[in-house]
Amino acid sequence: MDAYSRVQAARAKGRQTSMDYINALFTGFVELHGDRRYADDKAIVAGIAQLSGRPVTVIGIEKGRDTQERVRRNFGSAHPEGYHKAIRHFLMAEKFHRPVICFVDTSGAYCGIGAEERGQGPAIAESIKTLMGLTVPVISIIIGEGGSGGALALAAANEVWMLENAVYSVISPEGAASIIWKDAKRVKEASECLKLTAQDLFRLGVVEKIFEEGDVSSLNERLKRALTETISHYQTMDPEALAEERYRKFRIIGGQAL
Amino acid sequence: MLPKNLFGKPKNALEGESRVGALIECPGCKSRCSEAELEETFHVCRRCGAHMRLSARKRIGITVDPGSFMEIDRDVTSRDLLGFPEYQEKLDKARAQSGEPEGVVTGTATIDGQGVAIFAMDPNFMMGSMGTALGEKVTRLFELALEKRLPVVGFTLSGGARVQEGILSLMQMAKTSGAVGRHSRAGLLYIAVLTDPTTGGVDASFAALGDILIAEPKALIGFAGPRVIEQTIRQKLPAGFQRSEFQLEKGFVDIISDRRELRSLLSRLLSLHRGVA
Repeated sequence: MDAYSRVQAARAKGRQTSMDYINALFTGFVELHGDRRYADDKAIVAGIAQLSGRPVTVIGIEKGRDTQERVRRNFGSAHPEGYHKAIRHFLMAEKFHRPVICFVDTSGAYCGIGAEERGQGPAIAESIKTLMGLTVPVISIIIGEGGSGGALALAAANEVWMLENAVYSVISPEGAASIIWKDAKRVKEASECLKLTAQDLFRLGVVEKIFEEGDVSSLNERLKRALTETISHYQTMDPEALAEERYRKFRIIGGQAL
Repeated sequence: MLPKNLFGKPKNALEGESRVGALIECPGCKSRCSEAELEETFHVCRRCGAHMRLSARKRIGITVDPGSFMEIDRDVTSRDLLGFPEYQEKLDKARAQSGEPEGVVTGTATIDGQGVAIFAMDPNFMMGSMGTALGEKVTRLFELALEKRLPVVGFTLSGGARVQEGILSLMQMAKTSGAVGRHSRAGLLYIAVLTDPTTGGVDASFAALGDILIAEPKALIGFAGPRVIEQTIRQKLPAGFQRSEFQLEKGFVDIISDRRELRSLLSRLLSLHRGVA
């Protein structure tokens, strides 16, 4: 499957969204809406749930499942208030020693007047910084599109996992084609060059695990098992060591070539 | 021995300064300024106050005590890690154009005798776009500052991510933000000076994370560039959108400083934190 086919698969309608995973993998999810500053950003869902009996903080970027919901959720493109909501949940998770599990599925942070006026860049920066210093385990799963800074804001994690048809990139292939070649039609070529598939990213040390998709219920079962095992492993680690390990991990990506 | 052009004039300044003989046309008011005049004003137009872009080395030169700058990590440079078409050629061109091996210059210096770790990004090196080497140099500077308990003064200038380094470019946002966070948690001061333009992945990482954010007048500061926003929302943006004055009004920068006053402002802020860092 070439890179552009993966891009199309990652964007395909009918794919499971964050809410589907939250409902399937956890029990007793309580959604907590507020960012305590400006608004409830419906592109980002956050709350507390149980994973195999253990309380966890769950945050997901939600694209929406039908047209009406997609509009309400701004097609999964968050505004600064979405990231402020996430930051609040990261800090609350730390306070109560809960692991954080993030589901990432966004073409990117929203790009518009309100988003800029309310500090999109600073909100993403703060979210990344908060995650990088967090003393509880953080696992992020790219389930569809991982679009640039808007995705990384929920993916500065101890482990980043991807579904086999998910993509993760600094820029959309359309954007790259128009910047590099001034020709948005060279999107297939750009998809290859960007190395945005799960397989490429695994090779580059950006992601730790890839999950075959196949049957949905089997996928959910495998994800749940992997999360439960991995969280158990991290729970035994010293809080400061968790943050240190996360920093070390990002510290060396790409560094071997310098 | 440094190449001679390192302290020379940047080739393209604010909105593309153009040379007319020995005169330089101001991108703001189009009046012609002599090189000697611009040397004196730190490349601020005497007539309209436009702040033209400065090379990283020039920037450090006008900020620190003469002779105090000690560069680090000059050997950390970008490579074509992903085999991206035409990237190597672009890097060669950027090096020739800027006289720099990479898009950021880092090191230690003093400002009125006060020790700082300092970085400045270069407009002539792919418009300060952030790749692995740039992120690594900024990260190492914050790590050095943490180890030596120095404050960091950073001049940001970036068009955003280095697209040719793909995901590795994105990862620099996590790495640099992590390094800023560690420096910050140790109780150390970081002053970021946002210069034109500070956008994209740099705006959404270390540029936004200073304890104190100073902006130069009329600098473009934002996450998405104005052209991208206009294409997305299909309407024209109001005049002054995302400029320093707008960001001050919205609460995202702390103070706007004329370049000619900047050194003394930095010195005062550093002295107010003396004994802290």
